[in-house]
Amino acid sequence: MSLVQVDELCVTYGATPALSHVSLRIDPGEIVTIVGPNGSGKTSLLRAIIGAIKPFKGQVSHAHDLKIGYVPQKLHIDETLPITVSRFLNLQGGVTSTDISDALTQAGVPELEKAQLSQLSGGQFQRVLLARALIAKPDLLLLDEATQGLDQRGSASFYQQIETVRNTTGCAVLMISHELHVVMSASDRVICLNSHICCEGTPAVVASAPEYRALFGSGTGGALALYRHEHDHGHDHADHHHQHTKVVE
Amino acid sequence: MIRAALAGIGVAFAAAPLGCFVVWRRMAYFGDATAHAAILGVALSLAFSMSIFVGTVVVALLMALVVSILSGRGYAMDTLLGVLAHSAIAFGLVAVSFLSGVRIDLMAYLFGDILAVSRDDLAVIWGGAVLVVALIGWRWSALLTSTLNEDLAYACGINPKREQLALTFALAITVAVAIKVVGVLLIAAMLIIPAAAARPLSRTPEGMALMAGLIGVVSAIIGLRAAYVFDTPAGPSIVCIAALTFLVTSVFKAVRPQR
Repeated sequence: MSLVQVDELCVTYGATPALSHVSLRIDPGEIVTIVGPNGSGKTSLLRAIIGAIKPFKGQVSHAHDLKIGYVPQKLHIDETLPITVSRFLNLQGGVTSTDISDALTQAGVPELEKAQLSQLSGGQFQRVLLARALIAKPDLLLLDEATQGLDQRGSASFYQQIETVRNTTGCAVLMISHELHVVMSASDRVICLNSHICCEGTPAVVASAPEYRALFGSGTGGALALYRHEHDHGHDHADHHHQHTKVVE
Repeated sequence: MIRAALAGIGVAFAAAPLGCFVVWRRMAYFGDATAHAAILGVALSLAFSMSIFVGTVVVALLMALVVSILSGRGYAMDTLLGVLAHSAIAFGLVAVSFLSGVRIDLMAYLFGDILAVSRDDLAVIWGGAVLVVALIGWRWSALLTSTLNEDLAYACGINPKREQLALTFALAITVAVAIKVVGVLLIAAMLIIPAAAARPLSRTPEGMALMAGLIGVVSAIIGLRAAYVFDTPAGPSIVCIAALTFLVTSVFKAVRPQR
């Protein structure tokens, strides 16, 4: 049984179509990444899945009792709103202090419990958002460009954390990312979106698809080359890829 | 005097938690517009001889709904509110002038007439205040989540539009009960100033709401006392005390910047 099933989804803003006839399903435990150029409807797709926008046509169905952990693209905390990290993690109530420290540890920031949200750095903030999404023990984690504003190192370790979380909790992950090299290494499946689904499949299949190359052009040649390069070498070195990433960029 | 104090406390009590949301959501101007619309409500209530409370609640609610519907349709929010707020007060004042035979004390509605609060008024004020606090207390988590981020709310199964409606409703009731105490022009002050004054002293949203309530109540009591001693208008005196508290806590914040 899929966690989320999207059938022939069409979303429009006024007269402008944002998504047309998008169908996909997310199965338990898999990491699926959506890539696509700006304005290709990636965020609209995520927002349709959480129910923030109504489909114009088609439908989105959730598995019974599906728990979604959502990490938004950015979250602006108004300076006038005082809130500590632990209070933020307990927004819906019914969370124990053990849950809070567990979630923060899982997200890699165990020391921030008492901090004020408005005083965190960008990287800390994203991890607190991740902790908040994890605290309800979700079946599906949705991340909308969660590493925006983080540097190369910060985002690489953030995605590593996501993979660790998936491996320990077994939750599925659906994320949007611009960082193609990270996407290609960490995903089970990649969906290339440009209003409609251009191509999808394992990272290797998508990377060699002509539609994908047409969209991302030569600008991503480095990432693609890197990806294929890594595959030529096989999978025997666990951190091989990350070393290469740093060298190439 | 006791009745006046009780009325002031009632308004401060309702305005505190609501005022926090008004500040957090940057709705200060929205509060103003709703309050200004109340003068039109007063005129209509007098014209149709119904209760002023009902008239103001209805018009304030209509105003809030019109703003919600029109927002995001080509005008910036502040332009829209500027148009609606000032039109409402202008139409209200004109409508009042049409009421032949009734000489109403307009000043009482513009600036409040807390010393003339009757036993019935007090019941309405406290009934409204309890309703507002109960409504906000009931929706607290959902309101807070929607205030932080709408998509976050959707992902938690909360409909932020519905929460916005609850807040709008609470605002309309608060305006209606506060009109007698501080008047149309100063209602927004009772919402915003205590909340803003409480901000530097708080670490959590709940703490800020409680602190705003405390500041509001203390301002009401001291303001009334000052009005009596110095023979100044009561509503503005209350607002002045709240404003001075804001000054004090802001200085406190500047001295202790780690908060």
